[in-house]
Amino acid sequence: MSVCTLRINDHDLAVPLGTTLLQAARQAGIHIPTLCFLEGLSAVAACRLCLVELEGSDRLMAACVTAAAEGMRVHTDTPRLREIRRTVIELLFTEGNHVCAVCVANGHCELQNLAVEVGMDHSRLPYRFPQRGVDLSHAQYGLDHNRCILCTRCVRVCDEVEGAHVWDVGWRGEHCQIISGLGEPWGDVNACTHCGKCVEVCPTGALFHKTDTSEEKQGHPERLQALMHARTHQQWNP
Amino acid sequence: MSQATPRKPRLATVWLAGCSGCHMSFLDLDEWLLELADRAEIVYSPVGSDIKTYPKDVDIALVEGGVANTDNLELLHQVRANTRTLVSFGDCAITANIPGMRNLLRGSDPVLRRAYLELADGSGQLPHAPGIVPELLERVLPVHELVPVEVYLPGCPPPADRIRAALEPLLRGELPHLSGADQIRFG
Repeated sequence: MSVCTLRINDHDLAVPLGTTLLQAARQAGIHIPTLCFLEGLSAVAACRLCLVELEGSDRLMAACVTAAAEGMRVHTDTPRLREIRRTVIELLFTEGNHVCAVCVANGHCELQNLAVEVGMDHSRLPYRFPQRGVDLSHAQYGLDHNRCILCTRCVRVCDEVEGAHVWDVGWRGEHCQIISGLGEPWGDVNACTHCGKCVEVCPTGALFHKTDTSEEKQGHPERLQALMHARTHQQWNP
Repeated sequence: MSQATPRKPRLATVWLAGCSGCHMSFLDLDEWLLELADRAEIVYSPVGSDIKTYPKDVDIALVEGGVANTDNLELLHQVRANTRTLVSFGDCAITANIPGMRNLLRGSDPVLRRAYLELADGSGQLPHAPGIVPELLERVLPVHELVPVEVYLPGCPPPADRIRAALEPLLRGELPHLSGADQIRFG
């Protein structure tokens, strides 16, 4: 196994070639905040929270998709990165309609938790209050676009793990949104197996069980991870 | 008299477009309110004073609620002009929160029509009483999008111990540094 050595903050590390900076940091116990990244799904570097600095380069790199290389010197928690991470969270809050007080995910929301982590006590950017819809056409589940941050975890879990590919991303810019089927109501999409994996991995209250009321929705990414572990190692009886 | 006692900080609490839940949480300070009454002069508050006009020379103001109508806006400008430290008190003041959900209807006229005509039982009419019923602003806005704010105290409502954590340093003339889930969590 080929190994490369690198330094993350003040930790000297040796990791197998092909390891991402995020994996290397986590193995060393170094925390890098993430939102779109989820163990068990492909990495897409959509949210930009895991950006890190590399010595000798002005360009910031997303740790979830950047491979460790020999001699790299990486910084994960500089004032510049802290400022960027807070701004990213402020952008996510202000471009949607995130009303924590009446949300199904209040108290269990990854976006809400990240706001605390980055020290967001208010947004320095103006709120946009966009007009967005809610899809309640599915028998069991609902999709509230107001709370969606376009992390695409639902798109990836449905495609990569369930194999149904119900979800995709439609339109561009401020009109960008998660779509089911070919932009049809979710309940009309025959490909949906009603498995609920998209609901379990959604980091916010965007995807929810219809029976969930305020504060009742809890995500279950660990179920995806147990399934992926079982598939990879053919261990179906824990 | 040999020496004048130091002046107590002059404290106000203000209620704009919110449900008053932040003020109820303020009352949850329970017996600490007695200490607060001893350490500060309560000069304006819907739950602690009967004064109707905002006074001058206020040291600390807790402002609950978003800014939804012309009365809110006028009072907010009075507060800002006469207050040293303005605290944006609760999620409605900081994010517009629940009152801000009407912004999705795009403007005051669609909101009034929805509430008073479309959902009425047939005898609905739009409220119109200039000088008595304040006009709605086109959008509900957070306080800091209209005037500068010194301290943010999030929560829906902020729990009583969070309010106390902000007030303790303010009463000493210092700005609080709130962090962590116990002190700055929305919702």
